[in-house]
This record gives sequence, C-alpha cells and structure tokens, in this order.
Amino acid sequence: MPSRTRILDGPAIERALARMAAEIVEKCHGTDGLFLVGIQRRGAELAERIATLIEASQGVSIPRGKVDITLYRDDFQTVGPRPIVGETKLPPSLDGKTIVIVDDVLYTGRTVRAALDEFADFGRPKRVLLAVLIDRGGRELPIHADVVGETVATVETDHVSVMVSELDGRDAVELVQDGEA
Amino acid sequence: MTAQPVTLGKDLVGLEPLSAAQLHLILDTAEPFKEVSERAIKKVPALRGKTIVNLFFEPSTRTRISFEFAEKRLSADTVNVAATASSVEKGETLVDTARNLEAMRIDMVVIRHPSSGAARFLGERIRSNVVSAGDGKHEHPTQGLLDLLTLRDHFGTIEGLKVALCGDILHSRVARSNIWGLLKLGAEVGVCGPASLMPRHIEHLGVAILPHIEDAIAWADALNILRLQVERMEAGFIPSQREYNRVFGVSNERLDKAPKDLLIMHPGPMNRGVEIDSDVADGPHSVILPQVTNGVAVRMAALYLLAGGAPDWAAPPAAGGDDP
Repeated sequence: MPSRTRILDGPAIERALARMAAEIVEKCHGTDGLFLVGIQRRGAELAERIATLIEASQGVSIPRGKVDITLYRDDFQTVGPRPIVGETKLPPSLDGKTIVIVDDVLYTGRTVRAALDEFADFGRPKRVLLAVLIDRGGRELPIHADVVGETVATVETDHVSVMVSELDGRDAVELVQDGEA
Repeated sequence: MTAQPVTLGKDLVGLEPLSAAQLHLILDTAEPFKEVSERAIKKVPALRGKTIVNLFFEPSTRTRISFEFAEKRLSADTVNVAATASSVEKGETLVDTARNLEAMRIDMVVIRHPSSGAARFLGERIRSNVVSAGDGKHEHPTQGLLDLLTLRDHFGTIEGLKVALCGDILHSRVARSNIWGLLKLGAEVGVCGPASLMPRHIEHLGVAILPHIEDAIAWADALNILRLQVERMEAGFIPSQREYNRVFGVSNERLDKAPKDLLIMHPGPMNRGVEIDSDVADGPHSVILPQVTNGVAVRMAALYLLAGGAPDWAAPPAAGGDDP
C-alpha cells in the first residue's frame, strides 16, 4: 500500500515561491528582458504565481508564457496512446530575452531538454535559467536547476506529487512511496 | 482507476466507424496544432523521420497541399504520387501499388481514389497507417472533421446545432462525412438540394429533407454549401447552372429573410454565382477561409494520433492475401 508523506504544505509553498522569486531577480541582475515560461501544466501555474510575486516586489510588469513540450518529447515514438497536447503560448520571438523556465519537479531532466528544443524554434534567447519547486535528483541528462524550492531524495519507484489550488483544489507537495520494502 | 485512453486505431477511412469520444479527441488535439501554424518556425518534431506518401488517384490541389503542409509541419518526410504519372497508368493494381510502397517501409499513406471503399481496402492490406483524402462518393473524413471544428469554434459546441447541407448531396462524400460526424456529436442535420441530386431514402440516416433553399435558411444555424460540379449539368441532373443559382443559390436576398444570422460554410473550390453568391462568400458570416486554416490543424491532429509507434513489419498483413 503506497504511503504519502507531506513535504510542503500551502504556507511552506508560498514561502518557497517568495524566496524563489527573489533569487530569480538576484540571479538575473534585475528584471530587464525577464520572461517566465511555465511548463504545462503545473509549471505554468507556478510561473504565474512567481511572476506576480516579482511584480509586487519590483513594481514592474513581468511577461510570462507557457509551453507544452509533448510534441518534443524524446520518448514520443514509444509512449503509447497519444498524450493530450496542451497550450503553448510564447511571443513570436524569444530573441534577446532572459528566459526563466519554471516547472514543478525536476527529475530526469528530459522535460527541460524538450523545452529548450521548443525554444530553439522560437528564436535565440540571451540566457535561459531553470527554476523548480522540487528537485528530486535522478538526472539522466546534464541539466541543473538555478533556483530550487526544496530538494528531496527519492528512488525510482517514488512519485513526487505537486498539487496547486488552481488545478487540484489545494496546495501541497507529497512524496508517494511504494508500500514494498 | 483510470479509464482506457481513447485511441484512433490504425486507419482513418471515414467518420462512420468513429465514436463521439474519438471525434472529440481529434477536435481537441487540433487546437494546439492551430498554434503551430501561427509560429515563425512552423514545425514540431512530432513525426520526425516518418515517411508519408500522398497517393492521389484523382486530381486535387487544395486537399493535397493541405495534407502536405500538415505532414511537413510535423517534420515528416513526404512524397507525392499522382496517378497520372505513376505505374497505375501502366495497369498496376491498387494492391500492388500499396505493397510496393510498403516494401519501401512507408509509415503512412494518404489516399484519394475514385472508388468508394478504396481507403479501407488499402488499410486492410498494408501495415502502414492509411488516411482517406476522399474515396469515391463514400467519405472525406478530414473535410468532415474540419467542418466540425469550424462549427465548434463558432458555436462552442456541436450538440443541438442545426446544420443544413446544401447542394449535390447525391455525389458528395463531404456531405456523407458531415452527416456522420454531426449526428454522432448531437447535431440536427438537414439536406437541401434538387430532387435529382438527392439520394433516395437518405432520411433513413436520420437527416431531415429540406426541399427548398428557403426552408434550409429558415431552419438552420449554419449552411454548408456544396460545390455544384459542371459535369452534373452535362449529365442532365440539372437544366443549367443559371437555373440552379436561381432556385438554390444562396444569396443575401434570401439570407436577409432568415430569422437569425447563419454561419456560411463551403468546402471549396467555390463556383461564385452558382451555388453561392460572391457577396455571401465574402460576407461577414462566411467562415470559408477559417475552414481552410482548420483543415491543416485537423490533418496534423489525425496524423499525430494515428502515428503511434512503428508498424510491425514482421507481422503478416491483416487481410487480403492474394486478392487483386
């Protein structure tokens, strides 16, 4: 029987996002050219929240977009019934922008690789950074996060479940582990 | 417990065999593909490395180009085969043509053929995915789908809509695909046209016969106006194109009498001044050009959904054997 362990509750997520927002502004040396891109689906919700936090603290408007990386997945030919493709909303050109990719969980790194491929079809950003709420280890590609909410040690059979109130009715991060020893 | 995901199977040969869930799957999948066509770089790698042959035994420009764009925007490699230039002229059977393509490991075939049932016939005999671009008078599934998408874009839903198909229903595979798709998604369908071009007993499909264009205009939310082919006049189905326009032409004069603004659709190419007047085709309620845009997106969606994994070349083909 799988067990669920609470890693972050609603207030803890808010504190993490607030710190992440400040770190992003610090690492980007301000907000010039800053553009947040959330990876569908929960990354998009988190990007929205972080952008709002930056706007509140810096007093400027922060543009944001979202990408669905389904069509760029590297396991596309083997993944079985076609996954539903969500909305991608990016400006016509990413040239010269400082992109911060926002996602809920960083694991193998393949989703981020797919996002980078997708950006290449939209132009040449000046710089791309990665901000994730949870880094669970287990990288299969040389991808790293610049801004991390929380690090969690996991094994392959674990699943990190991130819930956001916009989609799931509540804010929480839980670790779901297999019942087997 | 998750429900079994909806899939499309190996081939798309018509809308009649599809369920409402499958139709919704294709329409929902077409949405993100619309965005790809708006990008500066109109390409996604989804079908990278797949080979697709457009096997057209009937002349076509618009449908073939639409499929070609759909395939290229998915990063597939495409080859166009026009029957007049091919070995079919030398007497090769459809099955032999297909088997030859299969021997070259073609992943998907898009076929337009003058015989009803040709697409399904092909699909049963080769392992590649088969998509019908129109077979005889039977169906033109991707046209039906893009019409459904266009209606859904405008009205929000298909259910409860009243759609009148107007024109040469007898010879129209577009009409048949529309009838299947619309009925499955809960619309009411009317067919309107000269009695000489109306299939007998068509009401058994569950459609209403609207004898006059005025009836269609008074009843419908949307008109899908079919092209009147000049061959019909030559074959004696109608007295003249002028007469057809006088009796069945969709004009602003007639539309002004409608209780509401009707959506105007046409699969193209139009005969301006015959089945549809120019100022109607170019008017504010015409979605003829959005239909074309939706056509590429819907074809991308269909190809994307069918191309799941690689055909199993080692497995024997499903049926057909030595059937010519």
